[in-house]
Amino acid sequence: MQAKRRLVKGNEAIALGAVAGGCDAFFGYPITPQNEVPEILSQEMPRHGRVFLQAESEVASINMVYGAAAAGMRAMSSSSSPGISLMMEGMSYIAGAELPCLVVNVMRGGPGLGSITPSQADYFQACKGGGHGDYRCFVMAPWNVQEMYSFPGIAFEMADRYRNPAMILADGVLGQMMEPAAIPDELPVVTRPDKPWATNGRNGRGQKNVANSLVIDPYELRDHNRKLQAKYAAMQAECKWDTRLVEDAEILVVAYGIAARLAYSACKLARKRGIRAGLFRPITLFPFPTQPLVETADGAKSVLAVELSSGQMVEDVRLAINGRLPVTLYGEMGGVIPSPSEVCDRIVEAAK
Amino acid sequence: MCGMLEEVLIAGFGGQGVLSLGKLIAQAAMEQGLNASWLPSYGPEMRGGTANCTVCFSDDEIGAPIAAQYDAVIAMNQPSLDKFEKAVRPGGVLLINRSIISVEPERSDIEVHYITANDLAESVAGTAAAANVVALGALHAVRPRLETGSLEAALQSTFGRKGQKVVDANIRALHAGMDAMAETLA
Repeated sequence: MQAKRRLVKGNEAIALGAVAGGCDAFFGYPITPQNEVPEILSQEMPRHGRVFLQAESEVASINMVYGAAAAGMRAMSSSSSPGISLMMEGMSYIAGAELPCLVVNVMRGGPGLGSITPSQADYFQACKGGGHGDYRCFVMAPWNVQEMYSFPGIAFEMADRYRNPAMILADGVLGQMMEPAAIPDELPVVTRPDKPWATNGRNGRGQKNVANSLVIDPYELRDHNRKLQAKYAAMQAECKWDTRLVEDAEILVVAYGIAARLAYSACKLARKRGIRAGLFRPITLFPFPTQPLVETADGAKSVLAVELSSGQMVEDVRLAINGRLPVTLYGEMGGVIPSPSEVCDRIVEAAK
Repeated sequence: MCGMLEEVLIAGFGGQGVLSLGKLIAQAAMEQGLNASWLPSYGPEMRGGTANCTVCFSDDEIGAPIAAQYDAVIAMNQPSLDKFEKAVRPGGVLLINRSIISVEPERSDIEVHYITANDLAESVAGTAAAANVVALGALHAVRPRLETGSLEAALQSTFGRKGQKVVDANIRALHAGMDAMAETLA
């Protein structure tokens, strides 16, 4: 059945998508520009007999997520940049203990308390570890309100499949904007994998389950790390991406999230100015769609990365392109959103 | 697909229904099967009591929810006119709330229209709170990019919870704006 389209805010869609995706427990602490997420969940979660808890801090939130995830719950938190920084110790512990969870970051300008306006400057934090130790999160970047609704369910599935934390990396614009989105009235049936490792009571099992990230013996810890790395390598199969106008593109613009929306409009403007520009949009940021980018860039003259940061994703673009083509960057900082015509000017420059 | 894209910016004091006006346009566009985006200003520009939002609608997929310049700008108060006169695309429409803005815009490369939105709202709906819907009607008269029925449907779905009287008052406000502008244009 086709769900009726409703005009909803991105943050609202994240919350409804989390409920539809089988979130059992939400723990969070308020921060702009993601406050609608806990606001909606504070109503929706109890209505469905699930847990909503406003914690005393972000540090408490992530450790509650750790506990609920260990007990086999689909556990989640949501915050914005400074709040996510506070959660990094917990994220590292959760990754080390191989537990699935979902953390949403509706990014704002940084560093420090920064601003409340949109930014993409937490790419490194989300994709390259963020907390200490050799770990990775499965990271998804929605670009419209429909994806804000559908990605929490997918992220929970991936987190469960790999027993690993997943993140959704959105930004202030995606959180605050409204668009029509198809959202069913009825909750979908969610299938969940068995979690025989869950610390939810012995239940007649012979061995007791332990959730832990402390491995004192270096050789044991090395083996544990090798296992984690093998898992991240296997995750490469899950990479997702999207393209627009790339068939004949001479300039390939690479952008994710809200920057991809600006870039898509800019590509259309550039085509009016006689420049064949196309958009490659990574949907998963980790795993980064390296091979699909290489294949899409085949035939282009140059690559332009557009992001709302000083240039973070561009490093993965350069690693993928590996010197085959010139890669330039248009990065805007501080919570400023460039207009599509400003992005278009950079495409024109890249075409020279 | 004819690739129609309309980009509108609405600005005014907090409490003038600026954000709601944008939502009404997005809702109306959705009602007639178009894609739409609505983005409120939520940053530091909100301090001092001014609010603005941008609305885009299209029969195609929408890229950026913002633009460098807009097809239409509605200025509900003086600071909004000062700030966003330059945000009108050459040849685009600037609609000015004449009830509280007395100065003239400076540009000559745009289409300027005036509506006494507060006064008309008070006379047909009994409250200046409907000034935003009067302005919507006025914009619709000079730039009919959506169907009148879709705008009425948006008013119905937005105000339906408040009762039919409120819906009817808003529909009167919409038509007051449309009629007043039609008279000016005639």
